[in-house]
Parts: sequence; C-alpha cells; structure tokens
Amino acid sequence: MRIMAQMAMVMNLDKCIGCHTCSVTCKQAWTNRAGTEYVWFNNVETRPGLGYPRGYEDQEEWLGGWTLKNGRLNLKGGGRLKKLLTIFSNPKMPSIQDYYEPWTYDYETLLNSPLQKNFPVARPYSLISGKPMNVSWSANWDDDLGGSKEHAVKDPMLKGIEDKVKFEFEQTFMFYLPRICEHCLNPSCAASCPSGAIYKRSEDGIVLVDQDKCRGWRMCVTGCPYKKVYFNHKTGKAEKCTFCYPRIEVGIPTVCSETCVGRLRYIGLVLYDADRVLEAASVEDDHALYEAQRSLFLDPNDPQIERAAEAAGIPGDWIEAAKRSPVRRLIQDYQVALPLHPEYRTMPMVWYIPPLSPVVDVIKETGHDAEDKDNLFAAIDTLRIPVEYLANLFTAGDVGPVNDVLKRLAAMRAYMRDINLGRDPRDEIPEAVGMSGEAMYEMFRLLAIAKYDERYVIPTAHAEQAHALEELATDCPVSEYGGGQPEALGEGAGRPVPVAVENFAMLQARQTADSAENTLIGGGSKQGRVNLLNWDGIGVPQGMFPDRDEKSGRS
Amino acid sequence: MTLFLFGIVPYICLAIFVVGHFWRYRYDKFGWTTRSSQLYEDRLLRWGSPMFHFGMLWVVLGHFLGLVIPKSWTSFIPQNVYHTIAVVGGMIAGVLASVGVIILIYRRRTTGPVFSATTPMDKVMYLVLGIVILFGMINTLSSSGAIAVGDGHYDYRDGVSVWFRSIFWFQPQPELMAQAPWSFQLHALAAFVLFALWPFTRLVHVFSAPLGYLTRPYIVYRSRESRPGAGVGNRAPQRGWDRSELQKK
Repeated sequence: MRIMAQMAMVMNLDKCIGCHTCSVTCKQAWTNRAGTEYVWFNNVETRPGLGYPRGYEDQEEWLGGWTLKNGRLNLKGGGRLKKLLTIFSNPKMPSIQDYYEPWTYDYETLLNSPLQKNFPVARPYSLISGKPMNVSWSANWDDDLGGSKEHAVKDPMLKGIEDKVKFEFEQTFMFYLPRICEHCLNPSCAASCPSGAIYKRSEDGIVLVDQDKCRGWRMCVTGCPYKKVYFNHKTGKAEKCTFCYPRIEVGIPTVCSETCVGRLRYIGLVLYDADRVLEAASVEDDHALYEAQRSLFLDPNDPQIERAAEAAGIPGDWIEAAKRSPVRRLIQDYQVALPLHPEYRTMPMVWYIPPLSPVVDVIKETGHDAEDKDNLFAAIDTLRIPVEYLANLFTAGDVGPVNDVLKRLAAMRAYMRDINLGRDPRDEIPEAVGMSGEAMYEMFRLLAIAKYDERYVIPTAHAEQAHALEELATDCPVSEYGGGQPEALGEGAGRPVPVAVENFAMLQARQTADSAENTLIGGGSKQGRVNLLNWDGIGVPQGMFPDRDEKSGRS
Repeated sequence: MTLFLFGIVPYICLAIFVVGHFWRYRYDKFGWTTRSSQLYEDRLLRWGSPMFHFGMLWVVLGHFLGLVIPKSWTSFIPQNVYHTIAVVGGMIAGVLASVGVIILIYRRRTTGPVFSATTPMDKVMYLVLGIVILFGMINTLSSSGAIAVGDGHYDYRDGVSVWFRSIFWFQPQPELMAQAPWSFQLHALAAFVLFALWPFTRLVHVFSAPLGYLTRPYIVYRSRESRPGAGVGNRAPQRGWDRSELQKK
C-alpha cells in the first residue's frame, strides 16, 4: 500500500445556474493572454449538448483516455511506439475549428468614427488570422439548449436513447455541467506526453505541465479524453488547469470555487492507495469502474490508515483535513457524488452530484407534490430519460448508482420538509435509502448551508515557512490590522509593522500559549508584537507588558 | 579563400552550434519547442510534415554512412553496387524531404494564421534549409546521371568525406574541397551556415527527440520540493544567493 493524498473537488449540479462566473474569473486569472484566447480551463456546458470542444466525449472519434486490450490497460490513441511514429503530425488533434476561432471586435471604428448618418459597427475580427470573420461557434454556443434541434441532438451521450429524447422533447430537461481538469489518478495526458513534462504532484495529486520540459509534441491534447489540455499556439507549449495550485498551497480555494455564486463546489482531500490505481482502472466491466475507484479511497478515520499515512510522510494537519474533507464525505459517507465518465479509465477526481431538478420539474408540471418521497421515487424509476442520460455521463451507463443518488437526494428533500415545517421527522424516509436520520441531516447541512470553511477544507502546503519568514515584503500590509478601527494617533496607531521586537513577556506568552491563532513560525502571534521603532514615548506601548491576570490579581 | 571557406568557416559554425545550444538550453528552456502550427492547419501538414521529417531522418542516416564511415570500411561491397544503393536511397529520401519541405513552405506562405506565426528567424532558416536541400538534390541527381550514362563521376567519398572527417581530427584538409564540384562546395557551405543558425531556430527540437518515452513509466510523479530552489522564490537561486546549509564533514 502506498498512501497518497489527492486534492479533489465535488460539484453539486443541482445548484448550478449556468452563470459562467467560474469560467470568466478563471479566464481572467489564467488564460487572458495571447495564444490562449480559445482556452477555457473551466467551462460550463449545457447538457444535453455538444460541449467544448465540440463532441469531445465521442472517444471513438477522438481516441482519448484508456482502453482495455486483452485485460491490459492501453492508451486508446495508441501506445508509445505509435505515438513516436505519428509525432510529426498528430492524427487526432482537434483543430481550432473544433474549439472555436477566437475573435475580438474592431472597437477602433466605433471610437474613431466621424459624425455620420449610419451608426458605425464594430465588426468581429479573428484573433487567429486577423481577418474579419463570421462568428459561428464558441465555447458555449449551444448554451441553454440554443439551437438544440441542430446541436444538442448530436450529443454523443445521447447514443442509444435518441429516439426517446426526440419523443419527449417537449418536456425537455437540461442542466449545466461545469468542467475543469479532472486531475485524474491515472492521467492519460501524462501517459501520452513523450517528453514526460506532465506530472502528478506526489503531495496533492495536482496534475501540472512543466513548461520548461514541454516540447510541444501535442500528444497530451489527444490523450486527455476530457480535452482539458490545451495547446498555447503562441508559446508552442501545452497548458492546463492547475487547480490554482498557488492558491491551494496557501489554503485558499481555486478561483472557480471562490467565485461560484451558487456555492456548489467543494474542495477537500482524499487519501488513496496509489499502488492499486492500475488494478482499479483495469476492471473488466465498465459499470464496475465507479465502485473500483471508490474502493481506492482510504478512510482517514481508521487508526491503522492514519498511522500508515503518517509513516508515508503525510503531515498531521493533512490527515486531519482528510478527516474533515467534504469531498470524502460526499463520495464515501453519503455516496451522492459520482465521477465524470469513469469509462475513460483515467480515475477522474472532480466528482459531481447529479441534478435531481429535472425530475422535480417534471413532477411539478404534472401538478403533483414534488417534495413527496413516493412521488419522487416513482418519478426517478419511470422517468428513464434523465436517469439514463445521467448514467451515460457519470456511471458508464449503469442506471443503478444514479438511481440511488437521486433517491437519496429526493429522500433528503422529503425528510427535511417535515423538519422545516415543524412536523415530526419520519425516520423511515432515510431508512428507505439506507441512511440514518442523523446522517441525512448532516448531508443536508453540507449540501445546503455549509459555510466557507466547511466547503473548502484545504490544508496548506508545508512551504508556508518561506512566506512567513519573509514577513517583510510578501504580506498584505492591511492584514496586519486584523480588522476593526485602528487607532489614529499615538503609539497605538495602527498595528505593529513587521519589523518586530519581541519582549520577554511576549516570548513567554508565545511559548506557553495553547491557542495557535495567527501563529508565526514556531508559534506566537504577529498581532501582539511590539514595535518600539514606532513608539512616540507617550503612554505604554501595547503588548509591552503582559495583560493583567484578573483572577490572581498579579500581572 | 579555400582555407577560409573550408578550413575556418566550419570551425566558426561548429563553435556557434555547440556554444549556442548550451546557451539556449541554459537560458531559454521555455522557448525550446517545436512551435507546432497544427492547431491552425491540419490538411497539408498531415502530408507534408511526416514526408519531410521521415525523409530528413533517412537523409541524415545516408549522410552518416557516406561522410562518417571511411571508404575502406565498406570496400567489400563492389563500388558500383554501393553507389547504386546510395543514389537510389538518397533519391527516395531526397524526393520525400523535398516534396515535404515544398508542401510545408507552401502551407506556411498560404495559410494566413501559419504565415503570421512565422518569425524572421524561421524565414532565414527555411531559406538556408531550402538551399541545402536544393544542392543536395543536385548532387544526388548529377551522381545518378553519371551512373546512368556510365560516366566516371566525382566520388565524394574520396573528397568531401575525407575533408569532413578531417575537421573533427583538427587537421582540416580544405584543399580536398577545392577539387570538388561547385554544387558540393555550396552544399557543404550552406550546411555549415545552417549549423550556425541551428541553436537560434526551432530546429533545436531535434535534440529533444523523446526517445526516453519508450522506456519511462506512463505516469510521472514529482514532488513539489524537487524543484531546485523551491521555497525561495519562483526560480532557482543564483550562485551566492542560496540559503546556507550545514555541510557536515
């Protein structure tokens, strides 16, 4: 057993309103550059729909991910030798047209236009060729089922259920699917990289491209079945979602999570057994892949696992974070999160809670009570289309787990209504889906009202020393004040600046304190330090002497 | 003049080649890439690029046989058989590479996005590369023509090859090149100019041919601490600026 920690994400699709804030803020933060105009590390797709790039899920066409050949796991796009032989022209690389041709508008004409009868127009110009172009596709052209008769019907995930969807298209269903890099446990992009430039960080499992080692062979673009590795056409290097690792390292969530208005994203650690990844990814039956991946995860609350994790060099605060991880709870404890396309066998680590809302909407329209357990259960069983479609996305077509998840969510709805209306909670509802009332309430709390620090449980990387030691220049000066109204005058004006002088009492307090609030390296608080350089001689500098101990009366 | 062109220029070019690569690798790893334009255009590239690259690999192999291996080593092969093999092989490789490079240059000129992504250095490189290939083809054609009419043709293995090897023994024999036909002289000169340009062009990607891919495990794990200079900034500390470390003796 080789225990490794993985930073993972869960998205609750019921809450996604498709506002694209995550995409826009991600783009502003990471891909707002020449060469990455067409690149969206985070994008939001309307499903059913083609997605971005167009029809990327059709792996018979794009040959992404892994495939089983005689019980052995192989890259679907071909092994090492084939990769090297086709290196001069990658036969399966999406063209810019499969993404979309990025454009901007000729704003100059608007600004410099002389007074004239007709209103001037800013024409779209291609950012690739620099020529005027007709905008005919984009990353979310079929947003909100726009043009669905033309586009959504081509959704590769509708294979096998096309007739039913067409038949009931009047009562169409739709939901949004925000996507980032999956930071897979078995990343096929890394396996496809001839240079070995794509690596998985052994501390937190984030998959990154070493920009100094990438030589632009473009095999990763083909290798990734989610098409989340992009080719920067200006630098000639591959780029991908970094899980905002500079933010994660200091304990704050990714940009997409931070700015999500629906608060539907959860970030946390899971511990897994890296030695068993290949075995789990090589399970014969596609339908067994979901359970196989779940079986990789280790329970940090098990004292044996905890000891083994410590022995494997995982820091104590990381193990604590894994215990509190909302991702682990949603995947393992409540079993409501499912992986996106387990059949690609990459063991993706961004999981999704499938949306119950299409089912609820249908019941509502028929005039029935959409929060009644029996109505919801019956609807989940009979409304085959949303369930089969969701199963194509999340469980390789196996409707069983999707049914179970939706029933859990439906049961939670019914159970919580009783509580909210002041009625006696009916414990037979959670029991019907194999949960205790307490667990169901905890799940409700996590899904509905969890605060920031419950949704994002991110232990900092153990290099924070470097930052803290450089206390002079790298900190935000305002953070020193710790909020509130700083005094305007006298020695107490503002909080101490970091050129800190620690007196004897402070040192003692720091060394004997049992609270770790706002600690520095080796303990102690920056807030309490005294800066004699700023002392104007009036009064006593705050913190110079220890606070009077009220109980004993001595200082 | 002969001494300068065939006794001094090669050394200048090779020096630039070696030092240039060292410098480029040291200071511009980020720029060390193929700068592929496949994203813009695929239809022509699909044919042109493999033709050119496989043709060139073959050409390089042919040059290795012809230039590096002394004539005496292959004396067990009858002279005319060797030449027929060399000329036929060279013709196939040369035609592949030439047609490939013509397709690629045509593509580069006519596909708008590809053309606008072309740097001045690319253009210079294409020009020199084109000249080298052109004279190489003339040499091959003249040899094959000579064989066809049974004429005694210039044997580069007695002239150019000996001169080429002499460069690396540091006892250059430029007078050998003075006796070679003009097309051989120009081919060799243009090739050395190309070597001098090499480290400053996208041609550097030749030296990152990913042969290690065949033997390495599929998934690469890497610790964030393995980055040199981790924790002290976003680049490795320069000499004299690294943290003090106890070196126990």
